Amino acid sequence: MAIDISAREYTTIREAAGPLIVVEGVEGVSYGEVVKIVTPSGEEKTGQVLEASKGLAVVQVFEGTSGIDTSKTRVRFTGDIMKISVSQDMVGRFFDGLGRPIDGGPEVIPEDRLSVIGAAINPTARDYPREFIQTGISTIDGMNTLVRGQKLPIFSGAGMPHNALAAQIARQAKVLTTGEPFSVVFAAMGITHEEASFFMHDFERTGAIERIVAFLNLADDPAIERVITPRMALTTAEFLAYEYDMHILVILTDMTNYCEALREISAAREEVPGRRGYPGYMYTDLSTNYERAGRIKNRKGSITQIPILSMPDDDITHPIPDLTGYITEGQFVLSRDLHRRGIFPPVDVLPSLSRLMNEGIGPGRTREDHSGVSNQLYAGYAEGRDMRDLVAVVGEEALTSRDRKYLEFADEFEKKFVTQGKNEDRSIEETLDIGWDLLATLPEGELKRIDEHIIKKYHPKYRGAR
Amino acid sequence: MREKGVIAKIAGPLVVADKIRGCEMYEVIKVGEEGLMGETIRLDGDLAYVQVYEDTTGLKPGEPVIRTKAPLSVELGPGILKNFYDGVQRPLEDIGRKVGDYITRGVYVDALDRTKKWNFTPTAEEGKEIVGGDILGEVPETKVIKHKILVPPGISGKILELKEGEFTVNDCIARIQTDGEDVELKMMQTWPVRKGRPYKEKLDPEVPLLTGQRINDTFFPIAKGGTGAIPGGFGTGKTVMQHQLARWADAQVIVYIGCGERGNEMTEVLEDFPKLIDPYSGEKLMERSTLIANTSNMPVAAREASIYTGITLAEYYRDMGYDVAIQADSTSRWAEALREISGRLEEMPGEEGYPAYLATRLSDFYERAGRVKTLCSDSEERIGSVTVVGAVSPPGGDFSEPVTQNTLRVVGVFWALDSTLADRRHFPAISWLRSYSLYLDNLSEWFNKTSSSDFTEQREEMMSLLQKEAELQEIVQLVGADALPARERGTLEVARMIREDFLQQNAYHDVDSFCSLEKQYLMAKIVLQWYDQANEVIEQGIGVEKIEGMEIKGAIARMKYVPSEEFMKSYEEIMRDMKDEFEVLKRKEVS
Repeated sequence: MAIDISAREYTTIREAAGPLIVVEGVEGVSYGEVVKIVTPSGEEKTGQVLEASKGLAVVQVFEGTSGIDTSKTRVRFTGDIMKISVSQDMVGRFFDGLGRPIDGGPEVIPEDRLSVIGAAINPTARDYPREFIQTGISTIDGMNTLVRGQKLPIFSGAGMPHNALAAQIARQAKVLTTGEPFSVVFAAMGITHEEASFFMHDFERTGAIERIVAFLNLADDPAIERVITPRMALTTAEFLAYEYDMHILVILTDMTNYCEALREISAAREEVPGRRGYPGYMYTDLSTNYERAGRIKNRKGSITQIPILSMPDDDITHPIPDLTGYITEGQFVLSRDLHRRGIFPPVDVLPSLSRLMNEGIGPGRTREDHSGVSNQLYAGYAEGRDMRDLVAVVGEEALTSRDRKYLEFADEFEKKFVTQGKNEDRSIEETLDIGWDLLATLPEGELKRIDEHIIKKYHPKYRGAR
Repeated sequence: MREKGVIAKIAGPLVVADKIRGCEMYEVIKVGEEGLMGETIRLDGDLAYVQVYEDTTGLKPGEPVIRTKAPLSVELGPGILKNFYDGVQRPLEDIGRKVGDYITRGVYVDALDRTKKWNFTPTAEEGKEIVGGDILGEVPETKVIKHKILVPPGISGKILELKEGEFTVNDCIARIQTDGEDVELKMMQTWPVRKGRPYKEKLDPEVPLLTGQRINDTFFPIAKGGTGAIPGGFGTGKTVMQHQLARWADAQVIVYIGCGERGNEMTEVLEDFPKLIDPYSGEKLMERSTLIANTSNMPVAAREASIYTGITLAEYYRDMGYDVAIQADSTSRWAEALREISGRLEEMPGEEGYPAYLATRLSDFYERAGRVKTLCSDSEERIGSVTVVGAVSPPGGDFSEPVTQNTLRVVGVFWALDSTLADRRHFPAISWLRSYSLYLDNLSEWFNKTSSSDFTEQREEMMSLLQKEAELQEIVQLVGADALPARERGTLEVARMIREDFLQQNAYHDVDSFCSLEKQYLMAKIVLQWYDQANEVIEQGIGVEKIEGMEIKGAIARMKYVPSEEFMKSYEEIMRDMKDEFEVLKRKEVS
């Protein structure tokens, strides 16, 4: 590619509006090029070209446009696209949203400089994810199994314990074959200091801090920077996963703030909005982040993603969770109702889903009864929940004895299966056995989702008899 | 007319080229120093607006753009099957071999391998008069598909020479004497993707496309040459449904289009198809399939092109006389690509930001489906079909949005996915109350003739029981099931049986994944037989609890896991045991 490496500097800002500036009289500017801006007060900012036409460039400024004027501000086009310096030494370090160290340590000595815009993985080069990750959490392992290379978000809402759940997953996640290098890349977008320090304390307490790379863009950091933070994190993750054969868990929180930043830029550019003012290309934009999870054939490392997003007003049909759900391979949905009743983790299994579960479970991976047990628990709990609604109208007396069994089943399921301690690490066998204990309270003829020979082998009734 | 222009502006996938007056609409343009591939979508004086099929980062104003003077076209010939393309027919495996695990831009690979030799056997004769669409000869493309080499539409004349033997797609295999000069024909031809391939006559849909899925075949069948839509929110099983159709549909050729969806899903298809066995041919599914993958993070303009690429390939196999089925997952992502480009063009938006021409484009696409008499000499007659099934991903699962609504206006079958069914793991989560098939009347004759004379009758009985259940559920919500008369409780019981034991089908179960039409018929028969006998017993005043607790229900619940070929035996056993158990119930009551 012919890139003009001679840096060109201009003081010809014509317009500044929201996060954008328009520079005129420019030459040879390329689309996506990185821009350095120096304000009259000497403050340095970074930007990126969003639109390049002859003599004119529209630039988004990550740190916001405050302090920029139209006569003295200097704009330098670097001739380079957005890149990050990566190195194995980044593990254990803290960076800001644009990848600059903020832990007082030295600059990273780059092993490589990589473009933050990840190219699409060729679908023929992908390796289908099927390695079971045991998180020690029953609602996940038993019913919405996570596998290596999957992207599985947590849909939460304001005030719910998604952070505690994410931290527990990061702490307890392991594959049953151990000993492979494992690391967490943590990207914070617009979360508060308390939230960030909750994660940091938790990582510190468990010693995980040494295998973490953190990119922090906190609530009081520049908002536009957030559109680049997850790309910084994912580029680093790809480097560690594919160059150093590491298994990386990427936690992105909170994607809602990322989308808000996208909307802000789109509004400033006066683009035709899609739903609720979010840009029409938000699906494509989100996918360029989420689709960077995965496994590649003949490479050892993997990237598993757990994005966290808070659903505005707990509305799962809001564009952010909606578009996310269309790209990710399932979702964990937290329920305010369960949370209110003091159940932790408040995972509502009914709308939750793991699309890659079927390949990750079963004989040789977890246990042969896994799929049947999971399906049967789903059906039973769904039926029990219906009964609850019914009881609210007609009272418990009107139920048949079969219906009453399901009602009890739903209560017990929430008490014994869903509820667990913040440090309780259940093995997959324990999880499935709790499942069987619950299923044993239902008539055997109701267990239609489980093959007969599996029932004969695992049902407590027959197991006790053996 | 100018051959070359310069880039004036770059905004995402849209590039404006200047000084290029004379360009045609939808002409392919090479953009920038790297020659990125694009297509003109608007002309304005000296300017041409080009949607670029690759990432535009790093392009600069002033770089050259070059005309190719040809519309976006696909290459048609042996080698399409078992292949795996991106949205503009670039073979992904070859790209992988050339540039590695990531798709980088500016890579050019021929859609059809120019070096591979195919064994061509002529079936026409020298000296014969031929017209466009006639078959010159055959190539064994895969184990199951004989690739017919067709005379391209628009060419007619006398065969001067017809070769036999091993040729590449680019070698001359025949010479034709036409009105003008002699024409040399190769095995490969090209066709512009945005233009439907011609045919003689469209036929009525009278033959169903069997899918091995009980709710689809028995309840809401689709015809060969028909169109269907599968709308549903995320997690309702659109993609699993599409995969099931691609696996088990009784079409001879499958074109699977992954349009703006997940990379891992395409990988799944890619891993499964070379392993799974086609129940009709006994060979691997891949032998009859071609896949087009433009995942969500691949360039958005190529996503827009992908469904046209797919349907053009399908039409080509249709013209050979094959039944072809297309799965497009998902048409919403295609519509979003249209919206994104339209937004960049600063067009006046219609509903929800979609361009006003969304409805026209959608109906243009679905109208390319059909069962047709193909183009060929009058002495021959060939019938082929293209069946199109499109998944729709409505935001928030709300079917009132423009893509779903405009799709429903043109398709014949509506398989409505319901998230409450999916939440309780009732799969396939097709709502029996909201879905419909406009082909029912046309197809019932075929079903009654091919399967059994009461096939349609059984279907209608089950459907009315399910509707009855929905009404009864409203009462149950108010007063509880206990308050219902015994007969109504019997209805609830059989409706539950239809839902759980007939409609639910486990795509991941080795046996249950595919259900032959005969097995579907017999399963329905068992359930309805149970209902008849239960009613008889209820008439006699036997408590409904006894019926609810019958042992035979266990066997009925598990009948779906009995392989199709052994099912007749099972059917007889269940029918016998059922009769015996009811007899015992009756006798107990008498004594």
